[in-house]
Amino acid sequence: MPDSSLTLKEAIALAREEGPQKLIDSLAKRVREVDGKVNAYIHFDPARIERNKAAGLLHGVPISIKDNLATRGWETTCASKILAGHVPPYDATVVAKLRQAGATLFGKLNMDEFAFGSSTETSSFGPTRNPWDLERVPGGSSGGSAAAVAADEAIAALGSDTGGSIRLPAAFCNVVGLKPTYGRVSRYGLVAFGSSLDQIGPITKTVEDSAILLNVIAGHDERDSTSANVPVPDYTQALKRGVKGLRIGLPKEYFVKGMDPEVEAAVREAGKIYQKMGAEIKEVALPHTPHCVAVYYIVAIAEASSNLGRFDGVQYGFRAKNGSLREMYFETRDLGFGEEAKRRILLGTFVLSAGYYEAYYRKGQKVRTLIRDDFEKVFKETDLILTPVSPTPPFKLGEKLTDPLTMYLSDIFTISINLAGVPAMALPCGFSRSGLPIGMQLIARPFEEETIFQAASVYEQETQWFKRKPKL
Amino acid sequence: MTAMESVIGLEVHVQLKTRSKLFCGCANEFGAEPNKHTCPVCLGLPGSLPVLNREAVRLGVRVGLGLSCQVSERIKFDRKNYFYPDLPKAYQISQFDMPVNGKGFLEIEMAEGPRKIGITRAHLEEDAGKLLHEGIKEGSLVDYNRCGVPLMEIVSEPDLRSPEESHEYLTTLKAILQYLDVSDCDMEKGSLRCDANISVRPRGENRLGTKVEIKNMNSFRAVQKALEFEIRRQIGVLEEGGKLIQETRLWNESRGETISMRSKEYAHDYRYFPEPDLVPFTLTRSEVEAVRKTLPELPTERSKRLIQEYGIPEKHAFRLVQDKKLVEYYEACVKEKVSPQLASNWILSELLGHLNEKGLPIEQSPVSARELAGLVHLIENSTISGKIAKDVLPEMLTSGKSAEAIVKEKGLVQVTDTKVIEEAVTKVIQAHQKSVQDYRSGKKEALGFLVGQVMKETKGKANPKIVNEILEKKLKC
Repeated sequence: MPDSSLTLKEAIALAREEGPQKLIDSLAKRVREVDGKVNAYIHFDPARIERNKAAGLLHGVPISIKDNLATRGWETTCASKILAGHVPPYDATVVAKLRQAGATLFGKLNMDEFAFGSSTETSSFGPTRNPWDLERVPGGSSGGSAAAVAADEAIAALGSDTGGSIRLPAAFCNVVGLKPTYGRVSRYGLVAFGSSLDQIGPITKTVEDSAILLNVIAGHDERDSTSANVPVPDYTQALKRGVKGLRIGLPKEYFVKGMDPEVEAAVREAGKIYQKMGAEIKEVALPHTPHCVAVYYIVAIAEASSNLGRFDGVQYGFRAKNGSLREMYFETRDLGFGEEAKRRILLGTFVLSAGYYEAYYRKGQKVRTLIRDDFEKVFKETDLILTPVSPTPPFKLGEKLTDPLTMYLSDIFTISINLAGVPAMALPCGFSRSGLPIGMQLIARPFEEETIFQAASVYEQETQWFKRKPKL
Repeated sequence: MTAMESVIGLEVHVQLKTRSKLFCGCANEFGAEPNKHTCPVCLGLPGSLPVLNREAVRLGVRVGLGLSCQVSERIKFDRKNYFYPDLPKAYQISQFDMPVNGKGFLEIEMAEGPRKIGITRAHLEEDAGKLLHEGIKEGSLVDYNRCGVPLMEIVSEPDLRSPEESHEYLTTLKAILQYLDVSDCDMEKGSLRCDANISVRPRGENRLGTKVEIKNMNSFRAVQKALEFEIRRQIGVLEEGGKLIQETRLWNESRGETISMRSKEYAHDYRYFPEPDLVPFTLTRSEVEAVRKTLPELPTERSKRLIQEYGIPEKHAFRLVQDKKLVEYYEACVKEKVSPQLASNWILSELLGHLNEKGLPIEQSPVSARELAGLVHLIENSTISGKIAKDVLPEMLTSGKSAEAIVKEKGLVQVTDTKVIEEAVTKVIQAHQKSVQDYRSGKKEALGFLVGQVMKETKGKANPKIVNEILEKKLKC
């Protein structure tokens, strides 16, 4: 078995024994072999990898980073032309924590431009392809992260999730993706999309790897006022707790007409497995679910339109050469942003503009409170919620790109989680008859990621879906 | 045409004197080399996040309490979105619907008596950077040192009715801010800036006229002049049957006029929305009370105390308290046990006159409060006359010598020897018989002339009181 296919836990053990260099080389070789097909990396140069010699939990193990996380000395472009050549002078807090823990930064991963998308097709570096079927998308926006982990081009990766950007690609690629509670992980250094929704999280081969990585990156950060001052437990301690007596709710709104029957069957089957293992399964209601997509696309794009104002050609990144200041702004933003970014900036600008603010943004925030209340109510009678991640298995490249509304609907099961700020994990839940990965989602109360790890771990051990690898 | 009145409201921005900037740890320092005090946060680099400086909030509350504002318990920030190269995030973090300080007021002293001017709000926001054009052949450069410096925007109600009142408002506001020790309030360095909103309407009318905003005024004088110009312009337009448009105009100091910058149609839509990167927090009552406990004596209270404690005229007290440094100078002088009335006279009418000529503020006076007290003391104990003292003061200012030294050196000690004065009086009476006749025939003003002659005879050194006595006595016989 080549070293590149190791889990994070195995890689740490190996690096502790013989140092990480062989592992790094093996991984670089794998990238050279398969990334021409997958296109998971957008800034990768073996010559630039500096082995981390700091003593620490990770012992120099290579970790790959989504390209919207600031890395000192490494290009950070959010897969956008407008940030071409931008090299931050500082590390995102999560990157600094990885370095302190002894991780070796391995490369920067592809994504939808500024994380705007569910398929990693809007990247200015070209789409990432799903290792399970190169004609299909890996999901998005952290498609590079999930595809790299699935294709053994990364031991583990970090992604970011605003409306499902970690979980959808994890589900589409048969890997584990965790969106922690809002405030669990510092956002400092994450190029903002929807500031009140964004969270950074691990994308890994196993649930245990996810816990190991969350242990490293979680915690309060005085540089991020929205990060929570809540103690960080050792998440790996939760893995063996089992699910006996755990109450797991299946929300009826998440099993909808029109969803793929194979997906529905796989998730319901997971419920049965939990029941067998001693959990209590019940149907619950999240009645405001139908409004989630609308609310999300108001709140997220409003914040995005403001967050993306700084890409104006003045200080860094791409600048169109042109006469007046006004022309420079127009040209830079016109040539620098892709179609989806422009669409969201325009819509976001609209919903915040005078006369529309009350009708859209303010109202959106009110409905958001109702959505949050839904979860609070359900969590009074359950400990976890089990849902599908996506209504369908991975779709084909180009299939939804020209129809933004259909594309937006791939997130219907994931965005409510960001609106509510609760933690959720996507993990492998089987395969369709045509061999495409299916994912399921476990949602917990705020700051109760442990409950997720507890339940995800036993299901993973029971089903072993993670052991299946794509043929490349 | 009916008499018109102007309605004016002022927006004042003051930089708060914190050690570090509003949302990052960079130094809040004026005059450093360009872009020295910058970091990923104040440069707005992708991924950076703001962290609120609590010291700025405390100073903000201090301003609010000093202006009798209702201090809000909930501190929330909003984004004000617009594009400009000095604003690296393309939004300014400001406060929109929940300013730290709500309604308040301050009192100004006009000739007609005191006037209460309402404060609408005073909120916290971050300053922008500065564009540099000078000496650059092509394009412009940006200095981000100022970017993120804490500002307090203080908005007045449209309660001001004249350019003079506006000037007085600014003077009073500046005095309060200086007493509170929250800002340098230096317009030249840009730590205090003022925009004005002005409209005119027929006296007695309750509705407001069309509002014009004026920017780019670099001194309180400029604010007054710009408002004077704008009132004339607006009334002129109306008198000619024209219509005013809502617009922003720039004051052009060298041309002495306001020039249209943009009309309302081109006004920005700032798309305010709550800043998601900062969590709203509650200011506890005890925190506010802790700030209140540290409030100093403010100008109004201080002038009341000066009047009561030193018996100086109201007018003097008001003038003294308008400049914290000035009143401190005055009180330091009085501490030297000289007559408080004499001291305020000498400071306000003599010392300030000389300093103004030299363009020096009181804190840079070459004559210290103690030294001035020395001069006042010499007048008080009749060592020199006031007239002589007026010659001694400029000498003190230029030479740096004490009053006593100058008086001794130049032999200016007042003549109180009645024998010497009597001799001079006799001489003058003999030389000016006509005036003596005039006086004796009832023209009392002739006495003044004769006193003057005696002073001349004694080279100004004679004690005027004794001269008067002797002269009157001699003229009677």
